[in-house]
Amino acid sequence: MPQIIIDGQRIEAAAGATIIEAALLAEKTIPHFCWHPGLSVAGNCRMCLVNVGFPKKSPDGQPEIDSDGKIAIQWGPKLSIACATPVADGMVIDTEGQRTEHAQHAIMEFLLINHPLDCPICDEAGQCKLQEYAFMHSNGKSRFIEQKNHKDKRVPLGPNVMFDGERCISCSRCIRFADEIAKQPALTFVQRGDHVTIQTFPGMEFDSPYSMNVIDICPVGALTSIDFRFHSRVWEMSFTNSVCPGCARGCNVKLGIRDNELQRIEPRTNMHVNEYWMCDAGRLEQYPYVNDNRVIEPAIKGNSSDWKSALESCADILKAYKPSEIMIIGSARGTNEDIHATVKFARETVKTHNIDFLEHRDPIFADEFLRLADRTPNHAGAIALGLRPQDHGVNADNLAQRIVQHQVKVIIAVQEDIVGHPEFGANASTVEHIIAIASNHNATTQNASIVLPASTYAEVEGTFTNVDRRVQLIEPAVTTKENERYMGMKMSRWDKLGAFNDRWTQGERRNSRPTWKILTGISEACGHAMKFTSAEDVFNDISSHNQHFKGMNYASLEDNQGLRLDKASETEAKAVMYVSHVLKPQV
Amino acid sequence: MNVQHNIESERMSFWERIYLPEIGRGLALTFKQMFKPTFTRQYPEEKWIPTGSYRGRPVLVLEEEGERCVACGLCSRVCPALAIEVRAAETDKVKERYPEKFEINMLRCIYCGFCEEVCPEEAIIMSKDYELVFTDPKDAILGKDKLLIPIAQLQDRLEFLRQYR
Ligand code: SF4
Ligand code: SF4
Ligand code: SF4
Ligand code: SF4
Ligand code: FES
Repeated sequence: MPQIIIDGQRIEAAAGATIIEAALLAEKTIPHFCWHPGLSVAGNCRMCLVNVGFPKKSPDGQPEIDSDGKIAIQWGPKLSIACATPVADGMVIDTEGQRTEHAQHAIMEFLLINHPLDCPICDEAGQCKLQEYAFMHSNGKSRFIEQKNHKDKRVPLGPNVMFDGERCISCSRCIRFADEIAKQPALTFVQRGDHVTIQTFPGMEFDSPYSMNVIDICPVGALTSIDFRFHSRVWEMSFTNSVCPGCARGCNVKLGIRDNELQRIEPRTNMHVNEYWMCDAGRLEQYPYVNDNRVIEPAIKGNSSDWKSALESCADILKAYKPSEIMIIGSARGTNEDIHATVKFARETVKTHNIDFLEHRDPIFADEFLRLADRTPNHAGAIALGLRPQDHGVNADNLAQRIVQHQVKVIIAVQEDIVGHPEFGANASTVEHIIAIASNHNATTQNASIVLPASTYAEVEGTFTNVDRRVQLIEPAVTTKENERYMGMKMSRWDKLGAFNDRWTQGERRNSRPTWKILTGISEACGHAMKFTSAEDVFNDISSHNQHFKGMNYASLEDNQGLRLDKASETEAKAVMYVSHVLKPQV
Repeated sequence: MNVQHNIESERMSFWERIYLPEIGRGLALTFKQMFKPTFTRQYPEEKWIPTGSYRGRPVLVLEEEGERCVACGLCSRVCPALAIEVRAAETDKVKERYPEKFEINMLRCIYCGFCEEVCPEEAIIMSKDYELVFTDPKDAILGKDKLLIPIAQLQDRLEFLRQYR
């Protein structure tokens, strides 16, 4: 393997790696715009120019020593671009010296010649590579006194992406993304020189299901999200690590919260799952789910109530029926903790065999890349935790028939709209009691005797098991009355320091609880207390009793970016995390 | 016992202690003042008008085409007292962005002038208005209706900024 020296640090690089890749492994980021580890190399921005040389050799093959006793270096006649120059044994690279710095200053001056410098308006400000490098790698001077070029500032490239020609630095990341990852070669450069701009091919629209990733990888604010445009500045939001519940892939995401409202979802790098990407539906479908039409208070027969009386009424209903008359519909949309509590609740509190969950398959949603037909984030977890009927208990398939035969009289629906279900919905509405544990209003909550508000994935701590049986941790991002005191809750400066009389803190604080906590509450009211105090507590119970989860805990899940079922001890090699933008200033 | 005596009456001289001459001295001062020119202003009938350098409540500059502010949120970020809330939205104008909501909580504001200093558009400046009386904390949160002031009324401050910033 070639040995190279970067800024005096000797590192071993993989054969065939480029300088920028080798440097990244040594945790050194060489300034760059057009290079992205997930895309092919274009080498057109020239920001990554570095000084490259080799030790001088005397005729007898020995390294020459210069006058200060150091090994003499024969530097290249010109600088090389780090993103396209492969490493070679003995290579010496200088990324910080005067020559490199001079080149970086020159490139920055060129890039800013026609840049509009409208950072106050631009959505990227605060996490913009150009802005960042203007501070770090530019001398802040411009010799350009002529009129700047003007280009179109509001061109929709597709339904979700808006293009601003003036801000574009022509790095071609978006073009390469469309060609190589989205597999929809719709974008291209047109014109030349300083008139160059991006366009869609005539008659084409960049409407790939992955189109919004170009917004994240665009190093500047040339591509903005049509649905988000100007909603919030990046530094006004707090970003919390989470996992997309949109399908069984479980893409790693960050949730941007301001005023207790979900404003923005961005992919988070996880080389084992989604690499750097996520789909557009994973963002756009989640905003209404978390923000709108939420169940905010417990309700008994349509009248809002408090938790204590709602849980007691549940216990009264459950005590009035035989266990075999009670059906529990769990949900693969819940976390592993929710599912474990559901199973335990059915077996130990209700003592029924009637327990099942519904599949949500949508073959049209699936594609070759990330999206999967299974629209639940935790199908694998539901199977591993045994969310299935026991001893010929009622299952989802024969539920309708058993309702008609009056064998099922009570349904506890966890996060499922059973009344709105196309197959047994009509029958489900005829049972004597429905207890709905739901986060959003739907037909079931309208028909339910008791409605218990459940927290969504954005409000709970927990784990999802994705299609590759990888258990991944999520953290609460949105505050509810239940998690207000959660340790380590990320909050922006405004959300953290606002007082009751500040109007920006008036975002809704819902009175919802995680499903496992609701079920623990009902079991307590029934007198068979499940003793769980936190999500971590439930997870530790899972990992100590369930073979599949053996050896896992929240800390190890976080460290390893998730662990696979049955394979908690086989830790995979840690991948280097490339982050395109860093949010500055950190809140 | 460790007691130190340093009582006022012990420090006074004999003439001071007999009191009457001191009253005479005091009255002499009073009568002298009565014939000097007065500085007292009959506020609020008689108002003081500050110069351009004065930092009164921050206001938004209103031009003919509308507000200058582009809702960049920098004033809100820099404000040490978290007095400012900005919510941005999109417009069809050349400057694509405008403040849909702009509120300053005058109970929080400490008149430091940082918002004025940071604003890239010279859209928020300190005014001469120092008469801030509220009977309800809610009234102290000023919205765009109270903040936007026509540019003609703000010339002194703009001139001051041009010269001294
Ligand atoms: S729009 Fe952004 S990603 Fe595309 S070429 Fe321009 S700067 Fe690069
Ligand atoms: S592919 Fe699935 S998990 Fe990934 S973002 Fe899309 S819906 Fe979410
Ligand atoms: S800094 Fe200026 S332009 Fe930006 S939001 Fe404040 S007043 Fe508006
Ligand atoms: S003057 Fe100071 S305290 Fe008042 S709004 Fe401006 S930055 Fe905030
Ligand atoms: S990053 Fe190397 S040329 Fe752009």
